[in-house]
Amino acid sequence: MAAKEELKLLGVDVSPFAIRAHMAVVIKGVSCEYVVEDLSNKSELLLSSNPVYKKVPVLIHNGKPICESLVIVQYVDEIFSGDGVPSILPTDPYERAIARFWAAYVDDKFFPVLRGIVLALTEQERVEKATETLAAIEPLEEAFAMCSKGKAFFSGDSIGYVDLALGSLLVWIEAIRRMYNIEIISASKTPRLSAWAERFGESAAAKEVLPEVDKAVQFGKMLEAAASAAAASK
Amino acid sequence: MAEEIKKGLVLLDFWVSPFGQRCRIALAEKGLPYEYSEQELLGTKSELLLRSNPIHKKIPVLIHDGRPVNESLVILNYLEEAFPDAPPLLPADPYARAQARFWAAYSDKVYEVGSRLWKTKGEAQSQARAEMLQVLGNLDGELGEKPFFAGEKFGFVDLALVPFMPWLTPSFERYGGFSVAEVAPRLAAWADRCMERESVAKTLYPGEKVDEFITLLKKKYGIE
Repeated sequence: MAAKEELKLLGVDVSPFAIRAHMAVVIKGVSCEYVVEDLSNKSELLLSSNPVYKKVPVLIHNGKPICESLVIVQYVDEIFSGDGVPSILPTDPYERAIARFWAAYVDDKFFPVLRGIVLALTEQERVEKATETLAAIEPLEEAFAMCSKGKAFFSGDSIGYVDLALGSLLVWIEAIRRMYNIEIISASKTPRLSAWAERFGESAAAKEVLPEVDKAVQFGKMLEAAASAAAASK
Repeated sequence: MAEEIKKGLVLLDFWVSPFGQRCRIALAEKGLPYEYSEQELLGTKSELLLRSNPIHKKIPVLIHDGRPVNESLVILNYLEEAFPDAPPLLPADPYARAQARFWAAYSDKVYEVGSRLWKTKGEAQSQARAEMLQVLGNLDGELGEKPFFAGEKFGFVDLALVPFMPWLTPSFERYGGFSVAEVAPRLAAWADRCMERESVAKTLYPGEKVDEFITLLKKKYGIE
């Protein structure tokens, strides 16, 4: 008899990285215990499972930890596969390379400037980061056309790798709109992504996992305060 | 006239790039023939490079049957998957693969943090030094007593990390005031072990050559 698969995910509701891992597990239809961490008082389990970064998310599979959101998503995709199980990455090697490229783009080029909007210490800096973010979303609008080939998601008919990478940031994109009246995705400037964002939010997995935007707004205010305090104490 | 699609593998690269070297070592380990195309990075970038990597305009770019793949780790994963008959560099077990992907991505930090060592001074440089010692400690710890990161065989993490070793020694060591042999002795021994492999020895340049290149960059960017 197969050993019982024990899955535990350490995360925080508003973390886009935890959202990716959580949605991946939900998409695969596997049962997983979700443990909410208190980032100001990290658990022993988190610290011992991710000694290098001490960050969420961490997926613990039969007692063994996997860290880094995109590594977790690829791992989940590999171990839960087969007939009837939705795939997160495409099967074709070249399409997989394109998906990995755009997910890396989201993390390396888009996320840092998006986060910079919240962490900005001056209005001028905030405007700068907003401008950079608006520039950084443009290639993604183009990429959507190329990757989706007319279908609903970057991956086609269902949510896939790039959808998770960027979709996990939608809560923050909306939070930023509410906090600063800055629109990163809009029907006028990024019509494809705007329509995609709605579809993403309507999906069963998103409905199960995504937190209320206000939670992100609250967290954002906390990050702002922490950034100011850190700068003031220098 | 229709442009003929060039069959096979072309690697757009720059001689001293450690990211390009990752790809060169992987291609050699897998026994895959390819055309090496040295790119002019310090002057005007070629049409082919700009067309193949319009987003980042960076090397390495692997062009396979006319289609470009960008980002060194994406290229490494692509080579694994597009050429399943070639010797694999990733382990077969999914958990071991996840560990390999984690540590290969982590190895980027050696270059990121190391670059700050020669680009900055004062407080910023001290911080970079502290971070570098942590990074080297983590890598040394993960390697442990094993000959290679995945165990007995040279693989993914080894080839992702080894191109940074000639940047560490002597350059990053000197700018940061530390010694890899002292802070990460197992890693130092591992680097020597990797150099015994033909693919690595034929691809990497000596630390002195890398040091000259860094000095050139400093002059170019007006960094003291």
